[in-house]
Amino acid sequence: MRRSRPLLRHLLSGAAARSRRSITYMPRPGDGAPRPVTLIPGDGIGPLVTGAVRQVMEAMHAPVYFETYEVHGHMTTVPPEVIDSIRRNKVCLKGGLATPVGGGVSSLNMQLRKELDLYASLVHCFNLPGLPTRHEKVNIVVIRENTEGEYSGLEHEVVPGVVESLKVMTKFCSERIAKYAFEYAYLNNRKKVTAVHKANIMKLADGLFLESCREVATKYPGIKYNEIIVDNCCMQLVSKPEQFDVMVTPNLYGNLVANTAAGIAGGTGVMPGGNVGQDHAVFEQGASAGNVGNEKLLEQKKANPVALLLSSSMMLRHLQFPLFADRLETAVKRVIAEGKYRTKDLGGSSTTQEVVDAVIAKLE
Amino acid sequence: MMRRSSPLLRRLVSRASEGRRSVTYMPRPGEGAPRTVTLIPGDGIGPLVTGAVRQVLEAMHAPVVFETYEVHGDMAAWPPEVIESIKRNKVCLKGGLATPVGGGVSSLNMQLRKELDLYASLVHCCNHPGLPTRHDNVDIVVIRENTEGEYSGLEHEVVPGVVESLKVITKFCSERIAKYAFEYAYLNNRKKVTAVHKANIMKLADGLFLESCREVAAKYPGIKYNEIIVDNCCMQLVSKPEQFDVMVTPNLYGNLVANTAAGIAGGTGVMPGGNVGQDHAVFEQGASAGNVGNEKLVVQKKANPVALLLSSAMMLRHLQFPSFADRLETAVKRVIAEGKYRTKDMGGSNTTQEVVDAVIAKLN
Repeated sequence: MRRSRPLLRHLLSGAAARSRRSITYMPRPGDGAPRPVTLIPGDGIGPLVTGAVRQVMEAMHAPVYFETYEVHGHMTTVPPEVIDSIRRNKVCLKGGLATPVGGGVSSLNMQLRKELDLYASLVHCFNLPGLPTRHEKVNIVVIRENTEGEYSGLEHEVVPGVVESLKVMTKFCSERIAKYAFEYAYLNNRKKVTAVHKANIMKLADGLFLESCREVATKYPGIKYNEIIVDNCCMQLVSKPEQFDVMVTPNLYGNLVANTAAGIAGGTGVMPGGNVGQDHAVFEQGASAGNVGNEKLLEQKKANPVALLLSSSMMLRHLQFPLFADRLETAVKRVIAEGKYRTKDLGGSSTTQEVVDAVIAKLE
Repeated sequence: MMRRSSPLLRRLVSRASEGRRSVTYMPRPGEGAPRTVTLIPGDGIGPLVTGAVRQVLEAMHAPVVFETYEVHGDMAAWPPEVIESIKRNKVCLKGGLATPVGGGVSSLNMQLRKELDLYASLVHCCNHPGLPTRHDNVDIVVIRENTEGEYSGLEHEVVPGVVESLKVITKFCSERIAKYAFEYAYLNNRKKVTAVHKANIMKLADGLFLESCREVAAKYPGIKYNEIIVDNCCMQLVSKPEQFDVMVTPNLYGNLVANTAAGIAGGTGVMPGGNVGQDHAVFEQGASAGNVGNEKLVVQKKANPVALLLSSAMMLRHLQFPSFADRLETAVKRVIAEGKYRTKDMGGSNTTQEVVDAVIAKLN
């Protein structure tokens, strides 16, 4: 045992960190120029966790600078200068925007996705080493159609007391989300794509979705494809999550599946995610369970910054700064693995700032 | 006690290489579309090793399509359709081109670099796990100015028996290579840049080079900068190579330093490299010691394909296909670490094809 312990220590500490350096990346001249990114702190815990991202980016001297805009969930629309800024910068990082229940005010999150046509929402749910959960071997990416389906926002009151809500499914949107899901799997060396549906009941609507997925699947013979009905899917998620790899879903099912998968793998406080379209990308906490944190979290400043930190690392990779992304992810994972600084949702009692300081200390 | 730890050791070593899956990369839609790359098999062992790269990229179903052109070192100039192809595709992979000694025929390799203004040449010399060498802890990137200096090709015979050769150093070229070196270090999380020179003798020429390096160094306060005279540098390389990180050099010193560094870390058969300019990038074996392999290697088909395979992994990263690059590098490193299939320069006796088959078998 004594002979192997130094080897174990070397493997655990040195090899993982040092093995990064043998990957070399030959940038084009000028690739190091700083890139502007639109930053929207948002509501609730938003300002707290986006502040955390700012601090860590500064500590790394990342070639990113932020253009900050104040947007709040109770506004009727997203201000035009914010949209202009995102169109110009192409990349945005945002905290959550609170969506008022009822009252006819449409969700600003949805508005933003429709305005910029961010048709794919991506949440990466995976077990973090050192964070104990009831489910192991979870490594699921949920790719969810973001613009139509049950969330079209088309509702009307037929007669007083009777409301109709339209779920719209189009071939166009189903095809492009299926294409994105298979392209994602291809580029990320994933082996299987699962389509989630309820076509036994909604034969035409979800049938159209499945048809598009099957067509795209034939173009990727190297990737396995299967389909699962959404209720069975939820049950399988909580009993045998290791069977899932990439999941492609319409809007509503994706929302639920993503939050479930986030929950089994460690909670919505740690899962990264983003929304992408042809031209723009908006990064935010992967799954937020529809809220922006409760009052107590806000007052005590104990919100979990990990999800947004990992999302900003996805953003750095999207901006083609892979080494900065690696450094950030490595530091965050070390902090979680060590277990000394954890917010309440991870079983600890640290504040946001303590977690941020720990991450900065572990940057190399 | 030992028995209990070896499954753990095995898991750690295997998990270290599989740890990639928790890194997620959110591509833009359409990024999976195949990219065209110009391929120039070249002379000597060139066709053998470029054939190896083709086989491996096909086995991986990489989104790369090759346009092949026959070019040989005894041609007077580059065929214009080849140059056009590279300008169109922006990326090229080439085997070596033999440069005839004397005779007034200028090197086609040099012509290409000047025509496309590939002003930076990059060689990454690092120890490969499992490959024994006399020097450990080598991890050096040599960034060499590629277009001027001693290789300007300006020579003339003053009187019979007397030849003058001009070494030209300009502020423009020195500045841009220094900028590239520091930007490379910044983007790849490297800690130190060393300028290699002989300014105690060539006070004006190398003095100008050093001045440019110092100016650029002032803009990167986070990166250490030092200077070393080239003869001392060569001696330090073979005695204490771990002191070097990124090295920026003019043309001639860079050639020698790169080949020395490649030699101490395992040989020119395994080091990747490339040439990059503002708009184009040409990837080839990092350091070739000025030859394209001897006749016997070509006849017996025992050339080492590792260097060009690792260079094509750099190319995949340059084309923004990081997962494919990782898979290729991982497979190659496993083959080297295992030690069963090695060509003569690494101490084995296998043929190129056997090494290629081993790499393909290890792809995941």
